[in-house]
Amino acid sequence: MPFIPHTPEEQREMLAAIGVDSIEALFEDIPAKFRAGELNIPSGLSEMEVRQKLDKTAARNHTDLTSFLGAGFYDHYIPSAVDALCSRGEFYTAYTPYQAEASQGMLQAIFEYQTAVARLMDLEYANASLYDGGTALYEAIMMAVRHTRRSRILISESVNPIYRVMLDSYTTNLKLDLVTVPHKDCNTDMDAMLAALNDETAAVIVQNPNFFGTVEDFTALFEKARERKIVSVISTYPVMQSILKTPGSMGADIAVAEGQSLGLPLSFGGPYLGIMACNKQLIRQMPGRIAGRTVDKNGKTGFVLTLQAREQHIRREKATSNICSNQALCALRALMYISLLGPQGLKKTAQTGIERAHYAANRLERLPGVRVVNQPFGNEFTVKLPVRAYEVIDKLLDMKFVPGFPLGRYYQGMDNHLLVACTEKTTKQCIGILAELIGGAL
Amino acid sequence: MNPKELMYAKSHEWVRIEGDEAVVGITHFAQEQLGDLTFVELPQPGDQAQAGKEIGSVESVKAASEIYSPVSGEVVAVNSELENAPELINKEPFGAGWMFRVKLSAQPQGLLDTDAYAELCAAEAH
Repeated sequence: MPFIPHTPEEQREMLAAIGVDSIEALFEDIPAKFRAGELNIPSGLSEMEVRQKLDKTAARNHTDLTSFLGAGFYDHYIPSAVDALCSRGEFYTAYTPYQAEASQGMLQAIFEYQTAVARLMDLEYANASLYDGGTALYEAIMMAVRHTRRSRILISESVNPIYRVMLDSYTTNLKLDLVTVPHKDCNTDMDAMLAALNDETAAVIVQNPNFFGTVEDFTALFEKARERKIVSVISTYPVMQSILKTPGSMGADIAVAEGQSLGLPLSFGGPYLGIMACNKQLIRQMPGRIAGRTVDKNGKTGFVLTLQAREQHIRREKATSNICSNQALCALRALMYISLLGPQGLKKTAQTGIERAHYAANRLERLPGVRVVNQPFGNEFTVKLPVRAYEVIDKLLDMKFVPGFPLGRYYQGMDNHLLVACTEKTTKQCIGILAELIGGAL
Repeated sequence: MNPKELMYAKSHEWVRIEGDEAVVGITHFAQEQLGDLTFVELPQPGDQAQAGKEIGSVESVKAASEIYSPVSGEVVAVNSELENAPELINKEPFGAGWMFRVKLSAQPQGLLDTDAYAELCAAEAH
């Protein structure tokens, strides 16, 4: 596809062909006062000037920080092969794979990605991906609403608050009743969740490990939900699924995740990857693209986008969602990352992060007035400090350390709580320095 | 081809009146036009059916299309067999492929008899 804009000559020809005399005339239906006037962007620069400008801006980023920030987004090591393979033009600039005859490679890649996700989550189906973890959670809610024809959504306060803010915003103009059940000492309040299940409830939403880092088992909750025909939705951390009890074995109907931890750089917040898997009963409600494997008339294996009647290019008013894109390149990265590490590698990655986090927790607990709040935890945990978390964060930032996420930002009465995350990239030496620095800041 | 005892809607559903209830499905012509059916979305018992209003949908390998209720009343039963075997509609559209049963709240209006429906199909086939 040549990326050549049309010449003034061609523009004149096209306008003449449809019988108008200017491009402006094409917008006559829009009153002049509503049309975009001059755009507020500076005029063009040479490549060299652009490069200098961007370098200068980029230099303002703090790329030299030692970070213990997690809160749903994790700094994992990405094998070099991921970037090398991903930057191949066939993948990097792939066209939407609607024409199976022209997109076998991309369709197979998506199919393999879905297979990997379904296995990781222990559920039957996965879609080709959504924008990010928060979008995926919203879409899961809508699946449950359509499936049950109910409108009450039960969500634990221990689900990522960033997602919960997103859900509030997404559902603000929908006739849905979003009920939040407060957490109990950094755990999901199972008794309260169970008590809140009723016959108006469409979905129950939890997270594992939860936002505070606590590893939980929702099997009993999901079982009770099923008795009332409530859809169970679990938000997960994909790397950890290699060793934790899976959504499938807990009896979840839908599992969603932020796929950033699977080979995507933190990259200032995106682009990320929305992962979604579900059981067979809900496949017709699943939004977005789904690649399937089939055979052609000669019996040869081929890949296609399937179940497309759910999608808006087939039945606009009946589409399960108006999402019409996926994060194909990000999904592909995730597939490459999973393939390169393999099951053992994923487990090792998860285990190393967990070991480091437990070492960090031990080191921090030795400090006066510092207490680890939650058990059991994976590669992230919550500590209560004798001072406000922001105080410690501000002091350590000057020394190029980010000690964690201030929970007071989203949770009332938790101003002294800090959420600390480790990955396989966190060295014991850094943990030692962190403990020293926090000790000095108290 | 099209059973004499049935009534037909212009949107290609058939109706069998049984006392104050009606059984509804889609016709042989409709399933032929759609091709192999892969999925049927049915109403639930307790839903209100309104004549001429959409009540479900069918998906085939070729297309997806809405099912319109030819009668008004409360849905009292649905053919749950279709959930796992939508091909029953291709095999026996007027028999095992029935879709749902309605307790009538009003006499059906504006439906066609077999001959009129056959004419409609002949016209649409060209």
